[in-house]
Amino acid sequence: MSKIWDIHGGIHPAENKQQSLGGPIQAVPLPDVLILPLSQHIGAPAAPLVKVGAKVLKGQMIAAAKGFVSAPVHAPSSGVVTAIEEQTVPHASGMQAPCIVIATDGDDSWIAHSGTTLYREKSAEELIALIREAGITGLGGAGFPSAVKLQPRQTINTLIINATECEPYITADDQLMRQRADDILVGIDILAHILGDPERVLIGIEDNKPEAQKALATALQNRQVTENAPAIEVVEFPTKYPSGGEKQLIQILTGEEVPSGQLPADLGIVCQNIGTTHAIYRAICHGEPLISRVTTVTGKACDKPGNFEVLIGTPVEHLLTEAEFNNALCPNLVMGGPMMGFTLASTSVPIIKSSNCLLATSAEENPAPPPAQACIRCGHCAEVCPANLLPQQLYWHAQSKNYERLEAHHLGDCIECGACSYVCPSSIPLVQYYRAAKGEIRLMAEEKRQSDRARERFEHHQARVEREEKEKAAKREARKLAAEAAKTKREAEAKAAEENPENTTKNTPADGETKDTAELDIVQAALARVAANKASPQDQRKRFERAIETTAARLAKAEQGLEALNKSSDLEPSTEYLAQIEQQRATIEQARLRHEEAKNKLAALNTDQSAAEPADGKAQADTATTNTDDPGLDRAATAIARAQKNAAEQASMSPQQKQQKQRDALQNRLNKAQARLAQAESEGSEQIEAFTNAVATLKEKLEAADLKLADLDSNCAQDKNPANTTEENS
Amino acid sequence: MDELSSLELLLTAVIALVALATVFGVILGYAAVSFKVEGNPLAEQIDALLPQTQCGNCGYPGCKPYAQAIVDGEEINKCPPGGQATIEALASLLDVPAPELDAEHGAEAELKSVAYIREDECIGCTKCIQACPVDAILGAAKLMHTVIVDECTGCDLCVEPCPVDCIDMLAIPPGLSDWHWQAPHSPAERFASVHTDANLIATDRGTDATRDHAA
Repeated sequence: MSKIWDIHGGIHPAENKQQSLGGPIQAVPLPDVLILPLSQHIGAPAAPLVKVGAKVLKGQMIAAAKGFVSAPVHAPSSGVVTAIEEQTVPHASGMQAPCIVIATDGDDSWIAHSGTTLYREKSAEELIALIREAGITGLGGAGFPSAVKLQPRQTINTLIINATECEPYITADDQLMRQRADDILVGIDILAHILGDPERVLIGIEDNKPEAQKALATALQNRQVTENAPAIEVVEFPTKYPSGGEKQLIQILTGEEVPSGQLPADLGIVCQNIGTTHAIYRAICHGEPLISRVTTVTGKACDKPGNFEVLIGTPVEHLLTEAEFNNALCPNLVMGGPMMGFTLASTSVPIIKSSNCLLATSAEENPAPPPAQACIRCGHCAEVCPANLLPQQLYWHAQSKNYERLEAHHLGDCIECGACSYVCPSSIPLVQYYRAAKGEIRLMAEEKRQSDRARERFEHHQARVEREEKEKAAKREARKLAAEAAKTKREAEAKAAEENPENTTKNTPADGETKDTAELDIVQAALARVAANKASPQDQRKRFERAIETTAARLAKAEQGLEALNKSSDLEPSTEYLAQIEQQRATIEQARLRHEEAKNKLAALNTDQSAAEPADGKAQADTATTNTDDPGLDRAATAIARAQKNAAEQASMSPQQKQQKQRDALQNRLNKAQARLAQAESEGSEQIEAFTNAVATLKEKLEAADLKLADLDSNCAQDKNPANTTEENS
Repeated sequence: MDELSSLELLLTAVIALVALATVFGVILGYAAVSFKVEGNPLAEQIDALLPQTQCGNCGYPGCKPYAQAIVDGEEINKCPPGGQATIEALASLLDVPAPELDAEHGAEAELKSVAYIREDECIGCTKCIQACPVDAILGAAKLMHTVIVDECTGCDLCVEPCPVDCIDMLAIPPGLSDWHWQAPHSPAERFASVHTDANLIATDRGTDATRDHAA
């Protein structure tokens, strides 16, 4: 008999295990519907493999594991998939989650399957793949995919089988051991083989299950041992809650504590639930996936409590009728044990892989807790905490949402066993505080992760935009340089032509006859320029840019002059004077426009000399305008003038006018959209719908804008009235 | 003789001080160069607290510029996506009182939302792709676009540029994955909920009662 250790704290609640140990494991008649949540395990939900209406056979995989930490789901009986939809799942939140619903056909016909008892001839990888395929998850309660646990990177020296079942009321594992000890031992042997036959294989069992222990001992004696199978030792230890916690059991059996933030595998230990070993036996030796489990139904609200072999997905209400459940007696139905279970919101939820118990206690058996009172700092909670934490400190910090302090006090190591709440004389629901705080911390970590990711993506986006800008700028620069080179070349050519007019005359056959050299030169230059304009858009662009600069400067100057006028008029605000200024401004603008228009026309004729004369006459008012003799520049100047005018208008606009403008823009968009729609309709385009929608939404927006405008108008009318009167008075 | 020695003393002191100042100056100068902190650590700390939606609701073109602006003295209550929680975190980092969220920049959303493109209506103009600050929209010209939900920060910058208004901001309904236990009501809270106008002082209760009586 190997040595056992003790854990810190722990409690001894009333066991209440006898009620459900009255008889053997009972079969449950086939329910009409089976509801199979896609997420019955820790990790990613499974992905459905079947469609609604598909016929499935018993044991057929209907949803595949998605990712490493995940488990597939199998059809527990034959039938037809009637829905893949959101259904209420057995979860503390009472929320809905995607489920596959199967209407059973009553045939219960199996899919072809086969197992082998010669598992020792298979490799560990093959067996792990089979276990994974069979959808086996920890049946103790947490539901961690077993295959993941069986692939540790560390070498394993100890395999521990958890047969503790320390929570009151639950006897599913106890009964399973009593009846199927031989199968369990085979399951353990499979696990030992997968893990490379560790030095020690221990079954940890509390001393309140003498019959189960006896059954295991008998099975061990009768076991036909293969050569290299390691010895299995059943270790009995005193009953105490929560010795069934993984880390607690490891400490009891080996004396080693799993450090905070580490896994048992880091100490070379793997821990599996006894129910899981049975499921693994069924999967390997019979080829049956995990489609049923043993669940305890107990409590005084049940007339026939007991253990039931129940198909996964069986609605709770179906199972409860088997145990002759009396709804009137039961104030709240709990899934799981009395310490760690949760209240079920409805009885239509299914039994899932991790449902080890349905607890239907009567009101006197499990009275509602008295109202919580203030903490009196008695310290009982710290004495019973199996994880050696300071529950009252955690309570203070959880109340004040001081998550940093909570983490400093190792909230993450809390196993939520409920021992502290159980002993609290003020009946403070301590565990609920810890669960809430843990959830909050988890959410915050998730948000942090998401925001870090968003930041990274944003920075990459910024970098990319910047790089593209730079590339564009570099291209522009290159073009500019090329244009300059072309210009110097052209100038050199022109110079050469000037110096040597005969050459040019020879080059231009149209002008073969004798003409005045000066006239010829001009024509030549103009032609060259036109050719250059056609040949090099880069050059044009350059000129355009230069024009922008000069015209902007000119306009600024003119504006300054106007402003000076305005300032002087501020002293004597006379409407007449203002009108004068406006008029002058308009004249300036008009004159320039005309001037430029004239230039454009003249430039089209390509005669430089005659260009300036009529224009100058018209542009006398515009003192700031300098003569330019380039057609491109003039066009640019016109555009710039227009833009400048618009900008000036916009700056001087009232919010009302702005709104009006916005509205007009919307109207414009609407007109365009309608035109597009009409075009699409006439062409029979596929996008008609999109355009129709666009028109509708735009109309809505336009209405909103109209409303806003009306609003502004009424406001403005109120605001402006007094101002107007004063102005008129002055 | 005395005079000379005092002068000597003075000189020694001055020389010693100058020497010390030089030595320390060199050390400090070296430290300033070799231990120079890249960037502004405070701005980075603030940036880490901001929600990184890059929505521009604060009036800055992203979370980092706003973080920099806070360092330069900008108000800390201009981030609606972060809400009161972010304001409090910033306040505790900067050791200033936490103000209320500035309503001018928008209200805190109850639920996180993400953009959703009604794909039948999308005409493939790529305008939303250009507007997305985190490159969460996929698509090409004249081909349907779609949002990568996991990457969308819910900034709604893509809604405005869409010419056919086919982008909706959909709230993400709370699901199992983000559910967690709620903390129970503390005794004080329960007391407050039962006695909505709890008057703990006996005399107050008396006046209340008399007032009630009079009424």
